Amino acid sequence: MTMTQPRSILTPDGVSADFDPKMSDDEIMHCYRTMRLVRAFDDICLKLQRSGRIGFSIPNLGIEACQVGAAAALRKDDWIFPSYRDFGMALYHGVDPLDMMNNMFGNANDNAVGRQMPVHFSFVDPIHFVSISSPLGTHIPQAVGAAYAMQQRGEDKVALTSFGDGSTSTLGFHSGMLFAGVWKSPVIFLCQNNGYAISLPAHEQTASEDYAIKGKAYGVPAIKVDGNDLFAVREAVAEAAERARAGEGPTLIEAVTFRMGGHSTSDDPTVYVPNEEVEEWKQKDPIDRFERFLRDKGMIDDDKIEATKADCLAEIDKAAKAAAAVGPPALETIFTDVYAELPDHLRAQGAAAFDLAKRLGDAAAGDGAFPL
Amino acid sequence: MPNLTLLGAVTDGLKTAMSGDDSVLVFGEDVGKKGGVFLATGGLQAEFGKERCFDTPLSEDGIIGCAIGMAMNGMKPVAEIQFQDFIFPAFDQIVSEAAKLRYRSGGQYTAPMVIRTPYGGGIRGGLYHSQSGEAYFCHTPGLKVVIPSTPHDAKGLLIASIEDPDPVLFLEPKALYRSVKGEVPEGHYTVDLSTCRTVREGSDVTVFCYGAMVPVVEKAAAQAEEKGISLHIVDLRTLLPLDEEGVIEAAKKTGRVITVTEAPRFCGYAGEISAIIAERCIEYMEAPVMRVTGFDTPFPNTLEHHYLPDARRVIDAVEKVTAF
Repeated sequence: MTMTQPRSILTPDGVSADFDPKMSDDEIMHCYRTMRLVRAFDDICLKLQRSGRIGFSIPNLGIEACQVGAAAALRKDDWIFPSYRDFGMALYHGVDPLDMMNNMFGNANDNAVGRQMPVHFSFVDPIHFVSISSPLGTHIPQAVGAAYAMQQRGEDKVALTSFGDGSTSTLGFHSGMLFAGVWKSPVIFLCQNNGYAISLPAHEQTASEDYAIKGKAYGVPAIKVDGNDLFAVREAVAEAAERARAGEGPTLIEAVTFRMGGHSTSDDPTVYVPNEEVEEWKQKDPIDRFERFLRDKGMIDDDKIEATKADCLAEIDKAAKAAAAVGPPALETIFTDVYAELPDHLRAQGAAAFDLAKRLGDAAAGDGAFPL
Repeated sequence: MPNLTLLGAVTDGLKTAMSGDDSVLVFGEDVGKKGGVFLATGGLQAEFGKERCFDTPLSEDGIIGCAIGMAMNGMKPVAEIQFQDFIFPAFDQIVSEAAKLRYRSGGQYTAPMVIRTPYGGGIRGGLYHSQSGEAYFCHTPGLKVVIPSTPHDAKGLLIASIEDPDPVLFLEPKALYRSVKGEVPEGHYTVDLSTCRTVREGSDVTVFCYGAMVPVVEKAAAQAEEKGISLHIVDLRTLLPLDEEGVIEAAKKTGRVITVTEAPRFCGYAGEISAIIAERCIEYMEAPVMRVTGFDTPFPNTLEHHYLPDARRVIDAVEKVTAF
């Protein structure tokens, strides 16, 4: 793709002419630590997956600035409709890594009660980080609906929905953009163009000159930003949020970035990504770039970097060990939450399942007695 | 004869069909360079070129809608939906369009095409990489629904599906992709659609099953044998249109019937088998016709081994029908 260059604030070297980050030093350092925390979470999950302790993981290598920059522009009473590659947004707003690790292990303390695959998080506190679905694009119109409710109640909240380049091809993207444009919904569509939808390069996903231009057809203002520049992403989301809160409607943001790892731990990207492309993007690593900025400002040095890395790894490792020690959910959790009230046929199926497990002697510890 | 996995047999079937007929096209998400997320289409792009094996944008609706147009106009599309769980954006195209085209045009237009998609649990895929949605599609007149359980059948049924004049949903039991191996003839052969297969002759209880439940029932049969109970196992392998005579014959043989599916029970395929038996040969039954199925809940992740029917659940039902 050629077309308009994405808006950057930092130079590739991480320095910038004078600009107002509109964040305190503490907030900036919180962004930095969160990006490092995302990377530590990825590193440890990869090891857990490779050693067979967890079944699956979704790496975020290279896209940390998109997630954290976007989250930094949101308030805690805003809503996030994330993709499965967005958990940095949750970490930024204070979700406990232990809650995330409980999901990775699908244990009894998992918010999703071991029902979802790993990385399919769901949080309502400290921010609405809506339950992640594997089917793509389905969450995009849902964000518009949630925003409609905010609008109806006269709240000045926004809903941010995040998705990859591939999801722009889904029915959900079309419907979401269509409705938000018509309704002038307080929604931010964050398209993280990370280069590949599993193996399909972004330029084969669409014949459009870029993803931002897709806003035009729906009457949704759009901007393309440098997704490896935390400040550029934050600024674009902050501007979009300001417009949304002022009743001026939705914005589409294309954040141009690059997934430097596989789609998931089941994927081998070397089959479809040329090595030169990875090497080129390694030079633009968003964390390295942010560190150059922080050094330039005298906010960090080598010691601080190493201490942050070690501290983040220790925090995630501690969470992983704690989550690993928790057993699986009880048998009856298969049957709960299907409906608000347990219907008779599920009560019967659950009772039969528990009875069989008991007779066969394999009711796991923690399995309770039916009826619920 | 080569010894192939079920996955290898699918690839071999695609290769054979593409070699024999230039109008056969294979496409879907990640099927080209990557060869599919399960590698079912591995090597096809290199062998047949990008015009005949290609990646599509991420739109199931687009994949199936375009496949219908290709099929109408002389091509033989074999579209892959990455996981059956992701097929639903294309539900409209499958149910309202592909399945009804022949009927609504009085036979002027048809959609001879195959939709291949991996289905079922057993890979720790949670809610959205584990479902068995066959019942949604078996409720769709005009569609054919095929599920192999052996490498031999996978290739033979796939080629038969590609050569069939009607749209076929070809559900591949992903749990068996690499876990079963068997001899697969080289070159072209077909296994007739709408014929069930006797997996094992037996005399006490007839068990109907398909896909990944076939090896589960075979395991149960070995355990039942030790208890002196002989299971007669039938792999339905085409769910729609069903080999109803084959089902009746097998049911009458023992007078005791169990159907095993991993899909949820309510309005599921096992219920259809029970209904057919109730209508057509209830007088031959010595015991209630039973179902062993997944639960009527979404598919869990950590506890999937409790959700999926196993040999012990089959044996439990066998003991119930034999004790009746």
